[in-house]
Amino acid sequence: MQGSHGNKIMKNIFIQEEYCLGCRLCEIYCQVKHSKSKKIIKAFKKELVDSLPRVLVEEIGYNSFAIQCRHCVDAPCEDACISGAMVKNKKTGVVICNEKKCVGCWSCIMVCPYGVIKRDLSAKKIASKCDLCEDEDIPVCVKNCPNEALKFKEIDQKELVDDRSESK
Amino acid sequence: MALKLTESEFGIERDAEKCISCQVCVRQCSNDVHDFDSDDDTIVSDNQSCVGCHRCESMCPTGALEVKEREAQFKTNANWSPEHLKNLYKQADAGGVMLTSMGSDKPYPIYWDHILFNASQVTNPSIDPLREPMEIKTFIGKKSNKLEFEKVHGDEDKSQAKNILGGTGKVSKIRLKSKVSPQLELSTPIIFSAMSYGSISFNACKSLAAASSEFGTYYNTGEGGLHQDLYKYAKNTIVQVASGRFGVDIDYLNKGAAIEIKIGQGAKPGIGGHLPGEKVTKDISNTRMIPEGTDAISPAPHHDIYSIEDLSQLIHALKEATEWTKPVGVKVSAVHNIAPIASGIVRAGADFVSIDGLRGGTGAAPQVTRDNVGIPIELATASVDERLREEGIRHQASLLVAGSIRSSSDVIKAIALGADAVYIGTAALIAMGCHLCQKCYTGKCNWGIATQDPYLTKRLNPEIGTRRLLNLLRAWSLEVKEMLGGAGINAIESIRGNREHLRGISLSDRELDILGIKHAGEPW
Repeated sequence: MQGSHGNKIMKNIFIQEEYCLGCRLCEIYCQVKHSKSKKIIKAFKKELVDSLPRVLVEEIGYNSFAIQCRHCVDAPCEDACISGAMVKNKKTGVVICNEKKCVGCWSCIMVCPYGVIKRDLSAKKIASKCDLCEDEDIPVCVKNCPNEALKFKEIDQKELVDDRSESK
Repeated sequence: MALKLTESEFGIERDAEKCISCQVCVRQCSNDVHDFDSDDDTIVSDNQSCVGCHRCESMCPTGALEVKEREAQFKTNANWSPEHLKNLYKQADAGGVMLTSMGSDKPYPIYWDHILFNASQVTNPSIDPLREPMEIKTFIGKKSNKLEFEKVHGDEDKSQAKNILGGTGKVSKIRLKSKVSPQLELSTPIIFSAMSYGSISFNACKSLAAASSEFGTYYNTGEGGLHQDLYKYAKNTIVQVASGRFGVDIDYLNKGAAIEIKIGQGAKPGIGGHLPGEKVTKDISNTRMIPEGTDAISPAPHHDIYSIEDLSQLIHALKEATEWTKPVGVKVSAVHNIAPIASGIVRAGADFVSIDGLRGGTGAAPQVTRDNVGIPIELATASVDERLREEGIRHQASLLVAGSIRSSSDVIKAIALGADAVYIGTAALIAMGCHLCQKCYTGKCNWGIATQDPYLTKRLNPEIGTRRLLNLLRAWSLEVKEMLGGAGINAIESIRGNREHLRGISLSDRELDILGIKHAGEPW
């Protein structure tokens, strides 16, 4: 995919499942980051009643990995969104759900191939998903992984498309 | 529950104000200390199972946990210490040998802490290693009795010949005539000790291998064989041949940069090894060349070595097998008779002698042996170096010393006492995260080092392990250079065995005599 400004490079989170401890610190820091006070103890004690982390650790036996929105090149959630809330930023490649526009129809959840969009029932019904911590240099899940199982690095989206077409 | 005579060693203090019940501690503890109660949304910790590895404390995102050593609640008794009581209760329970891991923690004198290094003042200039050249490169192997050179005329073999009469018109060159024995080239006088794949995880082995390869030093396979995936680091690998001969075949010998025959280990002189069958996974069974799930038992002695002459045979057999291209050394633990033993080893043809002292580490050893057998490495180093010099054979073998080298100052003191280089094992493990809980033998290492449990081994990302080990080597090398520079010395060769640069403090005449150093306050 080529963005409107011609940049093919975006930064994305890569998973090294062989080093994921399953400690779930990524989930915890994600919740803190998306809390009101952004203070871990206050957020957990007072603010985050039903909120969800936007990164999820999947586990079977000793195998585990943390997965968050892959910010797909051809994001199916964007196509499925009925209210125009889910938008892929052409410049950065990041898929963001505009919570003001989201009506909670859950179409995105049904089409997401990775199962990384969740129903956030804490305030109003909205789709909760990873925003790559746009205001941070490094997403907090990556920054706080104690074993560097998550890496934040540049990816040539063209390669990604080729990869995916090969696997089809 | 049955009568409980053993007391918990640690108390876990959880600050309820800070605990957010995130359960990271629950998920991280392999000893099942922490238990989450979903009804109450609280976590309860069982002090009894805690080994004091501090993994939960390090991982807790809110700093709510503190693992504290509990003071034993026994009536004070100077003779029957809490440790004696605890061990007695445990042994009366189980009837077995008390096992432990890592080096001895008993308060024997640590001579490194009673030795002071010298520096230059007025009479000779000190050197700033950041601005002036400083050589800490070290060669391990047999040095020639004397070097002979020959003159070469004409153009033959330009690559090796060196022009010494440049510009005179007639070209005359010299070339080294004597044959030099194979040497290991170390960019810093520090090698990673023998730790087998089995006693430590693959990721730990890989970190050691990758770091030594990148820094230009060596690591030692221990008696664990050489994993196929580590072949790429072969030229920085010292392969060990121990009493169980695990993983040894001609390819293994030829892969290594050097071969070390292991006779003994500082933590357990006179005792063999035992890797329990449950740790012998498919990968380890392939690497050790033994059936999966079987106990890997290394006998106490080599059953083909009952004398120096027998040792000589094995040394020469290994040299022959590798076509005399590699140094072959012998590792022994520091015991009372170490000086004559080392002399015998050198005379048997070893290219280097590795000596592991009283406080050397282990994956598992009987506590009674670990804490009561052997001598400190400082005394062993000094007495072996002295003996080999007296006999005029010091140059015939390099001396590698091990057994609790804790800092760069220990390195430089060891070299000044007569070592060529040091082995570091425990220090390297600590760099990778080890907290010295001394529970390696349980195979439940929470830091992913001394375990084969796939859930735990992935806790050590070899990329991080390698980076941390490289940092350690770099930091120590810089400090060694700094100390050398301060003493006005610009090459590690010049400090080797140079005991005039050492002074003892709070040591008896006898100790100073054995260490071969003067007391602080005595001038040259």
